[in-house]
Amino acid sequence: MENSSIIKIEKLVKRFHVGKTEFTALNDLSVSFGRGEFAGFVGPSGSGKTTLLNIIGSLDSPSEGEVDVLGRSVSSLTHKQSAKLRNKHIGFIFQTYNLLPVYTVYENVEFALLLQNLSGSERKKAVMDALEWVGLTDKVKSKPAMLSGGECQRVAVARSMVKRPEIVLADEPTANLDSKNSHHILQTMKNLNRELKTTFIFATHDEKVMQYLNRIISLEDGKVVKDELITDSKN
Amino acid sequence: MIKFIFKGIIRDKTRSLLPVIVVALGVFLTVFMSGFLRGVFGDIADINAKFTTGHVKILTHAYAENENQVPNDLALLDVKNLMGKLHADYPEMEWVERIHTGGLLDVPDKNGETRAQGQAIGTAVDLLSPGTNEVERMNIQKSIVKGSLPVKQGEALISDDFAERFGVSVGDEVTLFGSTMNGSMMFKSFVVSGTLRFGNTLLDRGAIFMDIHDAQLALDMDDGASEVLGYFKDGVYNDIKAQQVEKLFNAKYSLADDEFSPQMSRLVEQEGLGDYLALVDSAGAIMVFIFVIAMSIVLWNTGLLGGLRRYSEFGVRLALGEEKKHIYKTTIYEALMIGIIGSVVGTGLGLGAAYYMQTHGLDISYLLKNVGMMLPSVYRAVVTPDLFYVGFFPGVIATVLGSALAGFAIYKRKTSQLFHELEV
Ligand SMILES: Nc1ncnc2c1ncn2[C@@H]1O[C@H](COP(=O)(O)OP(=O)(O)OP(=O)(O)O)[C@@H](O)[C@H]1O
Ligand SMILES: [Mg+2]
Repeated sequence: MENSSIIKIEKLVKRFHVGKTEFTALNDLSVSFGRGEFAGFVGPSGSGKTTLLNIIGSLDSPSEGEVDVLGRSVSSLTHKQSAKLRNKHIGFIFQTYNLLPVYTVYENVEFALLLQNLSGSERKKAVMDALEWVGLTDKVKSKPAMLSGGECQRVAVARSMVKRPEIVLADEPTANLDSKNSHHILQTMKNLNRELKTTFIFATHDEKVMQYLNRIISLEDGKVVKDELITDSKN
Repeated sequence: MIKFIFKGIIRDKTRSLLPVIVVALGVFLTVFMSGFLRGVFGDIADINAKFTTGHVKILTHAYAENENQVPNDLALLDVKNLMGKLHADYPEMEWVERIHTGGLLDVPDKNGETRAQGQAIGTAVDLLSPGTNEVERMNIQKSIVKGSLPVKQGEALISDDFAERFGVSVGDEVTLFGSTMNGSMMFKSFVVSGTLRFGNTLLDRGAIFMDIHDAQLALDMDDGASEVLGYFKDGVYNDIKAQQVEKLFNAKYSLADDEFSPQMSRLVEQEGLGDYLALVDSAGAIMVFIFVIAMSIVLWNTGLLGGLRRYSEFGVRLALGEEKKHIYKTTIYEALMIGIIGSVVGTGLGLGAAYYMQTHGLDISYLLKNVGMMLPSVYRAVVTPDLFYVGFFPGVIATVLGSALAGFAIYKRKTSQLFHELEV
């Protein structure tokens, strides 16, 4: 496990400066993930879940400590290198979907690939594959406004998966969904996790999400208070 | 990627519509105002050229020094000889003699006693010789209100205003009082063949147009002329050619120590027209400059508002692995496209409006009642080739500049900070 870990966090401290005062959001936190995990951070609001995901996704940088993602030390990456890391290897899913409203479903998913040097036909195949995984091939021409919340989040999943990243970071992906859609989306992600060996890391309060997780890491005040493997999780 | 941006602009009306309108409006104003300024200047220059300055003008040195006093005692002599040389030296130009004189126009009653009198500007041009272009050049035929052109010596045209004021009808006799070239008393009677209105306030107030031979006779100016004017045969003033003509002529005929030797000057050297031209040019440049600054500020602000609306879009794009530099660049491309669209629309509208003003014109004669300058009373725009770009480039530059300023925040912020602010 230790050797094959693709995310390795050691003694991570994250402080925010709010005016003159300093706020410690993550405090001496250590945790690591192996390839293909389906894991999640849970904990009360303000415990530091989002902050941690952002640092793993190199959208934010550590104040202290080491964060290694796919063999790269996040704190030493240049802006360009971290953009490239996100572009090639990390997918994001957000609570509010964040689809680009003026583009169609197809274009939203394709957008993630435009930054890579792919031919038109390669792009098309990848986009259609991704839309098939989430069961939206019949909505390619729809705009986000015409979709339900569940469908929007499925588009977001397709967008995060279209480049076949090693890691997908999902921050409260089900918070705006009803139970049926939540299960549908979780089932989809779990399947992708199994078929493509993609590592999924969640930040969540949602019991439904926890039912699917293979590992639950509990945070409190920026510290890991519990880290348990779940053997009887839903498929 | 470019295709993507373009789709975004086309589909997101709030992103494109306001900036396009702002740019189009600014470009429209620039194009239209340039066309209008140029048209007005062109008309003024043209009227001046036709009536007073020619494209080039030959006077004696002495006459030139006191030109506004119409000093016919200093006029050109031996004009036939001079004209012969001019035709030989500059066959590409047309040369005409004119005489100006000032005086009193006297309207007698049945008994030959003065019934009314008024100040008049006398202008003598070649009205009668076959093939003369002066009638057409000065638009005399079309300016006739009553009566017709003189057909023989002793006939003249007078201002319609003057005729109305003093109750002069076609066929009446009027007498011009003044002084001859030699300073003795001159009076010459004319039969009014018609009345004129040029739409030029100064000329319309009190003027008499006569044939040059009548004037030569009356003023004792046999083979003399106040001035000889030269016109390019295509009717268009060309300063470069005019300079060559001027230089050659003055080198050959103008003698510094003979105040009666002829001297040539160009259109733009006369009547402050050169200064006027420079003024029009710099006014145009200042206008464009102010326009660029103002548009940039407006577009900067619309860019900022648009940027606020699109915070989450930029956040997602950062998360998808787009560099902030690239995001910045694409917003500039966007601005470029919007700028081009707006500028094309604005240029089109501006050209259209300028064209309308070229064909219809704006009549301001009622404003010019008391103006003594040679100004046209109908203002027209003119559509010139540079109107296609005078507004276009400033429009594009303003849009790009505005968006560059607005997007600069993206460029400067650290990604982490940006991402937080973007509230994804
Ligand atoms: N940019 C920032 N500046 C200052 N403080 C911040 C910033 N981002 C997060 N924090 C603080 O850090 C703490 C952890 O925030 P974080 O968003 O990671 O919590 P969370 O566990 O995701 O909470 P939630 O469940 O509500 O999403 C919070 O107290 C928050 O106020
Ligand atoms: Mg959070």
